[in-house]
Amino acid sequence: MSSSFWNMGGYAVYVWGSYGLAAAVLAWNLLAPRLRRHDILKELSAEE
Amino acid sequence: MWTWFHRLASPPTFYRLADRLVPWLGLLAAGLLGYGIFGGLLLAPADYQQGDAFRIIYVHVPAAALSLSVYVLMAAAGAVAVIWRIKLAECVLVAAAPIGASFTALALVTGMLWGKPMWGAYWVWDARLTSELILLFLYAGVIGLNQAIEEPRAAARACGLLALIGVINVPIVHYSVEWWNSLHQGSTILKLGRPNMSADMARPLYAALLGTYCFFGVALLRRVQNELLLRERGTAWVKEQLRSAHV
Amino acid sequence: MTKRQKRMAAIAALLLGLGLAAALGFTAFRKNMMYFYTPSDLLANAAPLGAKLRLGGLVERGSLRHGEGLRVDFTLADCEHRVPVHYEGILPDLFREGQGIVATGSLQPGGVFVADEVLAKHDENYMPPQVAQSLKGKNGQHSCAPFKPVTPGGAAS
Repeated sequence: MSSSFWNMGGYAVYVWGSYGLAAAVLAWNLLAPRLRRHDILKELSAEE
Repeated sequence: MWTWFHRLASPPTFYRLADRLVPWLGLLAAGLLGYGIFGGLLLAPADYQQGDAFRIIYVHVPAAALSLSVYVLMAAAGAVAVIWRIKLAECVLVAAAPIGASFTALALVTGMLWGKPMWGAYWVWDARLTSELILLFLYAGVIGLNQAIEEPRAAARACGLLALIGVINVPIVHYSVEWWNSLHQGSTILKLGRPNMSADMARPLYAALLGTYCFFGVALLRRVQNELLLRERGTAWVKEQLRSAHV
Repeated sequence: MTKRQKRMAAIAALLLGLGLAAALGFTAFRKNMMYFYTPSDLLANAAPLGAKLRLGGLVERGSLRHGEGLRVDFTLADCEHRVPVHYEGILPDLFREGQGIVATGSLQPGGVFVADEVLAKHDENYMPPQVAQSLKGKNGQHSCAPFKPVTPGGAAS
């Protein structure tokens, strides 16, 4: 990848910061329900 | 029509339908978001004025659009939950709030990261930014109210009312840039008529937009499934799910 | 009425009431919701001399003069009127002639608006440089449409 791509015309912090945060939000929205599902299944099977 | 609707709203039917839908929605979301991000970063040309900073649009606009749509969905589910007391609607309402809140926060922060280099300020109190911040508070209110009330069904109905009261803010966010003058520019994608964006810039944006909605579908269905398991604990179909999950 | 119909009516009334209250409130406080005034408002004496306010408009082509250090003078225009602006400080990257900006400051007795902050207000059009070049038919100026006067008499006077 060329350095101009990473440099984003001098706006690297803003552009990559935005994309990084977007990735974090997507990851959280995938992981949080998965972890919660794990907890719920454990809790419910303990009740049986 | 009504019997079909009631069957769909029955927890076990919806739970299994969600299981079947999620892989397809996920695939669609991955493809569209992949193309949208790749296209936004590499295929789209730099803007004539903003240069590469304009590429923030490919995450900012989908997040902002979703933040409004999810609120409308939440309010609609709230109305159904309050009027018809349908359990599935309560689950959708409660499940949508944290997803909507996270995308509202993303829209606000990416907007700040865009505003600093282009406008010259991270934040200004114009009508658009202020009303979007209020949207975040409304989401937080629904989440907080749901956690504060012990009984889940009563909590969902209270949240439904709050969501309905707050829905008045949605048209305010959307039309704020037309009703009042603001630092924020007008809408690019929802304007009919003349194109506000060249096609090679717009294609990845539409892909990212659609992909974000598909992603929301996945996140929502997964959370609704969790809520259904909790609220239907002890029933035969949940026990069946527990058995199959443990094998 | 069944209980369900009562709930339905209550929600309809709630939404209607809220909508009405919001519409009335925003009509009454329309001015307060505006982020900036325009040159037309200033010239219609909508704001007292020396009062702090934000002024939005387009930086007129050919009006930009760089002074000593960070000092700049330019003319800010909406669709109808223009006001001279003096500013000393760092300008945003997007600041240029023909560009929309919002300046915070006050109108001085000489009729000059002295600003202590300048923000760029770009529009909702995005295009690659080649397309922009081919569109630069008239004078390359951005649309003055976003800079609508706040006061009713602002545009007419």
